[in-house]
Amino acid sequence: MSAITSGISQTPEGAERELENQRDAARGEPPYTPAPSADSRLAASLKDAAMTAAVVAVLTVFFFAFRTDIAVGGLNLTFRWPLWLSWVAIAFAGRFLISYFLFRAPERAVAGVSKSTSVRPAKRFSAGKIFGIVMLLAALALPFILNTLLPSHNRYLLDLAILILTYVMLGWGLNIVVGLAGLLDLGYVAFYAVGAYSFALLAQNFELGFWVCLPMAGFFAAMWGIVLGFPVLRLRGDYLAIVTLAFGEIIRVVLLNWTDFTGGPNGLLGIPKPTLFGLEFKSGAGSFAEATGIPYSPIQRFIFLYYIILALALLTNFITLRLRKLPIGRAWEALREDEIACRSLGINTTNVKLSAFATGAMFGGFAGSFFATRQGFISPESFTFIESAIILAIVVLGGLGSQVGVVIASVVMIGGIELLRNLGFLHALGFDPTEYRMLIFGLAMIAIMVWKPRGLVSSRSPSAIYKEKKKIGADLVAQGEGH
Amino acid sequence: MSNAALAPSTAEPLLQVRGVHTFYGKIQALRGVDVDVHAGEIVTLIGANGAGKSTLMMTICGNPRAREGRVIYAGEDITDLPTHTIMAKSIAQSPEGRRIFGRMTVLENLQMGATLQDERHFDDDLRRVFTLFPRLKERATQRGGTLSGGEQQMLAIGRALMSRPKLLLLDEPSLGLAPLIVKQIFDVIRELNRNEGLTVFLVEQNAFHALRLAHRGYVMVNGAITMSGTGRELLAREEVRSAYLEGGAH
Repeated sequence: MSAITSGISQTPEGAERELENQRDAARGEPPYTPAPSADSRLAASLKDAAMTAAVVAVLTVFFFAFRTDIAVGGLNLTFRWPLWLSWVAIAFAGRFLISYFLFRAPERAVAGVSKSTSVRPAKRFSAGKIFGIVMLLAALALPFILNTLLPSHNRYLLDLAILILTYVMLGWGLNIVVGLAGLLDLGYVAFYAVGAYSFALLAQNFELGFWVCLPMAGFFAAMWGIVLGFPVLRLRGDYLAIVTLAFGEIIRVVLLNWTDFTGGPNGLLGIPKPTLFGLEFKSGAGSFAEATGIPYSPIQRFIFLYYIILALALLTNFITLRLRKLPIGRAWEALREDEIACRSLGINTTNVKLSAFATGAMFGGFAGSFFATRQGFISPESFTFIESAIILAIVVLGGLGSQVGVVIASVVMIGGIELLRNLGFLHALGFDPTEYRMLIFGLAMIAIMVWKPRGLVSSRSPSAIYKEKKKIGADLVAQGEGH
Repeated sequence: MSNAALAPSTAEPLLQVRGVHTFYGKIQALRGVDVDVHAGEIVTLIGANGAGKSTLMMTICGNPRAREGRVIYAGEDITDLPTHTIMAKSIAQSPEGRRIFGRMTVLENLQMGATLQDERHFDDDLRRVFTLFPRLKERATQRGGTLSGGEQQMLAIGRALMSRPKLLLLDEPSLGLAPLIVKQIFDVIRELNRNEGLTVFLVEQNAFHALRLAHRGYVMVNGAITMSGTGRELLAREEVRSAYLEGGAH
C-alpha cells in the first residue's frame, strides 16, 4: 500500500506552496517558517543585547559615571559607577526582552523547508517557559520587592498590581471565549458583575464569608454564561458581538433599576473583607497580627489581597492551559477555526459553545467577587461597557489565545493609564498628560495594531507533539493517547 | 480492476436516499433524489457546478435537512437527527473545500477527527493514516493552513478516517489539485475500499477519474438524478461523454 502512496511528487506541491504563501501574504499572515530553535534565538538575542549594552555604556559613560560639582578651588569629581552600570544593565535586559519576545524570528528560515521533525523531544525548556517562570517568581516576590525598594509608594503600587492582576485574570477568562473558542463577546463585564453582586448579596443576606461565596459566585456566573449562550448559539462574529453587548447592558440596567434587591445606583455597602483561615487583617483580637505575632500594619491586608488575586489568576491560567490539551479545549480551538468541519466530525457544537461561555463566565465571576471584596462597595457604575471594551482590548492586543500576551497587554494598558496619570513633571513643560491620557492611549493601541496586527504574541503553540514510539505496550495504551 | 464484481446486491443498501427534496429558503436544490449505496461499494455522484451534489452530501449529514423524503443509514432513519449524532454512526465526511483547522497542527487535526473514537484506538489509527499518507507524518507538527492543497486533502481524508468509519463521504477530493495528486488520492481510496471494505460515497466533478474508480455512478442535473449505472456504463454513454468528459454543451 505504501508503495502507491509514498512517492508523491515534489513539483506540483512546491508550486502550490508558493501559492499558499502568496495567499498568506495577501491575508497579512506571515509565511510559514519552522519556528527557529530556542537556543539559536537565545544566542542571537543575547548578542543583540550585548551590543546594545555596549553602545549604551559608551554613550552614557560621561553622563552617568562621572559627576562634577563646583567646589572650592575648582571642580569636584565624583564617580557614579553603580548608576552607570545599572543603566547598562537596564539596556541589556530591555534589548534582550525585545529581541527575544517581540522580534521572534531573526534568523533566516526558508519557507516550506522543514527539517525532519516528526520526532521531537518531549521535554523542552522553551523561551516562553523560562520567561513564564521568571515572571511568576517576580510576581510572587513583588510585595516584598516593593516593600524594600519603594516603601513610600508601597501601598499605591501594590494596589496598582492588584488592579493589573484583576485584569490579567479577566483577560485570561475572556481569552477562553474569544481567543480559544473564537466567540466575540462584548458583554463580558456582565459576568464580572454577576460575580460581584452574587458575593455581595450572599454576604449581606446570609452572612457568608468570601471563601464560601467565591465558588458560588463562579457557579452563578457560569449559569449566566449558559443563559447567554443559548440564544446566541446560531450567531457568529458581528451578530454575536451585538447580542453579547446587549446582554452586558441588560445586566447593568437591571442592577441599576432593581433597587429593592441590588440597591440600585446606591450600590451595596459593607461587603466583608477576606479572611485567612478566619483571621482578619486588623488590629486587636482574632486578627492575623495577634495570631502570628507579627506587628499589625495596614499593608498586610493589601499583600493578602494581592496573593489572593495572584492565586486566582494563576488558577485561571493553569486550568486554561490544561483544558487546551484536553478534547474540550481542542474542540474550542477547532470551533474557532471552522464550525462546519467541527460538526462534520461529530462534535456537538452546542455543548462546545456553551462550555466555552460557561468556563469563561466562571472566571469572570471569580474575578467579580474578588473585586467586590477588595472594594468593599459595588455599584452598577463599575460594570459599564468600557470595562468590557478594555478587557477585550487586552485580549486582542495581547494576541488572541495567547496567555503571556494577556499579561503583557494588561501591564501595558492598565499600568500605562496609571503611568500617564502620574507624569507630573510634564506640567513644567506646559503639558498636562492627564488631559491627553485617553488620546495617548488610543494612539498607542492603533500603533500596536498597525505594527502587530495579530496582537503582541501571535504565535500559537501546539497542544500535542508527535513522538514516534517503537513499541506500544498494553500499559502505554492504557494511558490513553500515548503522546 | 473488476468494477462489475460488486454489482448491487439484493441485501438492503447501507445508505438509502429516498425521494429527498431540499430547499435553501425558497430555492429548491434537490428534487426527489434517490440514491443507494451498498456496503463495500464505491459510488460516485457526478454533475456540473450547482447541480446539487454537495447539497445531497450535506443533506445526508443533516445540514440542511431534507424537507421531504428519507435518508436511511444501516436500516435507521437518520433524516431528522442532528449532524453530530449522524456523524457518530460510523459515517465520516471530508467536506467540500476540505475545511482543515488552519491554525492547528496536522496532528491536532487528526486528533479532532478521533473525537468520537475510543482513545485506545488512537495510536493504531494514527499509524494507519500515516501509512496511507506518509506526507502527513512528515508534516505532523506543521500548521494545517500551511499545507499544500494536496496535503490538505490528504489531511481531510485522514481526519475523516480517524473516526473508523464504515461509510466515507468525500466531497470533491480532486478540487484544485494536480492530476498526479488526484491519482494518488484516488489510489488510496481504492486501496481502502479493496483492503478494508470501506464504503465510499464520492461527489465529483472530475467525472473521468471518478467513474473509473467507482463501482456505480449517478449523474445529477438541476437537483435530480438523470442517469445511473456502473462506472463503465456511464463512461461509455454518449451524453456523459459530451457533457462531463469533453466539456461539450449540455
